[in-house]
Amino acid sequence: MTTQTLGHIFRSWPCQNAIVALLLVFTAAFLWKLSRREYWRLAARELRSRKGAMVCAAILCLYASIAVLDSVGWRSPAIDPTTGNIIRVNGHVVLDEGRSVLDRLLQPLANRREKTYSAPLGTVQFTKSTVKGRDGRMHRVNEPLAFPRSHLLGTDMIGQDVLLQALKSIRTGLIIGLLTTLLAVPFALLFGLCGGYYGGWVDDVVQYFCTVLSSIPNVLLIAALMVVWGQGLPQLCVAMGIASWTGLCRLLRGETMRLREADFVSAATAQGVPGWKILLRHILPNVLHIVLINLVLRFSSEVLAEAALTYLGMGVGAGTMSWGTMINDARTELTRNPVIWWKLCAAFTFMLGLVLPANIFGDAVRDALDPRMRTQ
Amino acid sequence: MARYFLRRILYFIPTLLGVNLFVFLLFFLVNTPDDMAKQALGEKASTPEQVLRWKAARGYDVPYFWNAQAPGIQRVTKTIFWQKSLRLLWGDFGASDMSLEPIGAELRRRIGPSLCLCVPIFLTSLFVNIVVAMLVASRHGTRLETCAQFLCVTTMSISALIYIIAGQFVFAKELKLVPVSGFLPGWDMLRFLALPVAIGVVGGLGSSVRFYQTLFLEEIGKDYVRTARAKGLPETRILFLHVLKNAMIPILTTVPVQMLMLIMGSLLLENFFSIPGMGGYTISAIAAQDFAVVRAMVFLSSVLYMVGLLLTDLCYALVDPRVRFS
Repeated sequence: MTTQTLGHIFRSWPCQNAIVALLLVFTAAFLWKLSRREYWRLAARELRSRKGAMVCAAILCLYASIAVLDSVGWRSPAIDPTTGNIIRVNGHVVLDEGRSVLDRLLQPLANRREKTYSAPLGTVQFTKSTVKGRDGRMHRVNEPLAFPRSHLLGTDMIGQDVLLQALKSIRTGLIIGLLTTLLAVPFALLFGLCGGYYGGWVDDVVQYFCTVLSSIPNVLLIAALMVVWGQGLPQLCVAMGIASWTGLCRLLRGETMRLREADFVSAATAQGVPGWKILLRHILPNVLHIVLINLVLRFSSEVLAEAALTYLGMGVGAGTMSWGTMINDARTELTRNPVIWWKLCAAFTFMLGLVLPANIFGDAVRDALDPRMRTQ
Repeated sequence: MARYFLRRILYFIPTLLGVNLFVFLLFFLVNTPDDMAKQALGEKASTPEQVLRWKAARGYDVPYFWNAQAPGIQRVTKTIFWQKSLRLLWGDFGASDMSLEPIGAELRRRIGPSLCLCVPIFLTSLFVNIVVAMLVASRHGTRLETCAQFLCVTTMSISALIYIIAGQFVFAKELKLVPVSGFLPGWDMLRFLALPVAIGVVGGLGSSVRFYQTLFLEEIGKDYVRTARAKGLPETRILFLHVLKNAMIPILTTVPVQMLMLIMGSLLLENFFSIPGMGGYTISAIAAQDFAVVRAMVFLSSVLYMVGLLLTDLCYALVDPRVRFS
């Protein structure tokens, strides 16, 4: 099976829906399992007592639900644009490419296409065009919009609504922020725990790989991977995952080495519990907080990195909507006179709206999970 | 001390070899020289003869690791791994895949402007960060601290692209205080570098101030500060002499990390402000799919990073005697 057909299956709607459902079920199961432990219940209570953190969590949930709505979808019968009827071939209904739930909700917004730029809530086009007047002469006027006062954040060069683009970019941002670390976690856990627990040559090998990988500055490692693989969202996630797992691996290795000397591990060893069972039952639950802290703290920097990388030509590429591509477009728009500022402002606001709450919430989670902080 | 250093340098060599092999595998396992030639010549337009000629002109027409046809030592040296990868170890960067110009000469031309940008950013931000963090730390528990912390998180949450675009727009395009972009040698440089350096410093302010502030607070809570206060030493003397000296140890460990960030920052800054430095070279090589240049830059930057780590250890051993004797 080639990677192309794999990618095709991966991008099909049933598969995407299944992945979203699996992720949600897994997260719920994980949280339920954690909630039965005293340590995590205390941390959750600590977190709930902070009003600011809870407001941030609510904003993050809003973003997440938009991203989920944009990831779940289905194919519907294709409609002939001229007649408005469902297309049938030999009596069989033909299906279209399929759209996500968010696409379907925002369909009115997508239908309100203009010809070119227009300011937020504007009534006329931004650029002047030559129109034949009633008196038969040619005039240079700002043509009225097809849908005046309906574009909250204006429209872009090809007349697309900027709000729609900013909303569609949320999914890309969240995938970059979450998937990158989620891809890195299994590797970091496996190598970090094994290196820390078994020591000896296992540890030497793990340490050597970590040192080699972390010796290459992240940007250039990502650049090299993206040059070799080409631009795209999946490639970017994997490249950023490869660049980021060594830090977490180091942390986990250190913590495992500390836990290996703990009394409860010695007790388990004395009772003849095999090594892998000690790792799974006794050490893994005790390093989970490091993984979680790492996940929330990395999130915002990954979202920010996407914008910079896309600008540098090693990001998601022009085909995928993201805040990076929006900022990239905005650069030429700012050199025009008068300035077209709304696309940049929209991307900036939506990005800040995600990254700022993520940063504040991340700090709160770290404080709540770190027992040293709690006692203060 | 000398033995400690010898050991650190001996660790350095296998890592260097590992990075070299990793970069080689990364570039040549996925994209074979044939793929590179087809990509450069155009997928459909290339004939087999053209591909062969392209490969021969760049030295890609030999086996990867072992050349059975060559005599003697050339069995090892007349291979892609030796010619294209191992030679990087002694600073022989080879030629660009696109222009066929030597990379080493280009780098020597570009290192000057790069340093002119990086060094002022690094020194200014170290100074500004320490002063601001000290100020915030000395006002612990007041409203000023809360405001400063919120400001730090906010500045951390803004993309570097926004700082650059907004800075260029306000200070260069609207107020016309500085040129929009470009670079000139000599004193003219100051006009061109003022804005990028300022943006570089502001962009990194948030995270560094937060980090330094926690370090300073930890030190301020210690007994020797109480003693110094009881003795009646002026507060500025306590903070900038005693506390700073002790907090400098963890700050020193972040120096290579900051150098790392500077590479990223200067990639963007050099690109936006058209400064003819190494970052701009890397970006144009990425855009042009010039594998030889990207390979050389990846290897060079990791060598610089490792040297940075080595220097950190040296600083550590100098300021903290416990490291020297362990």
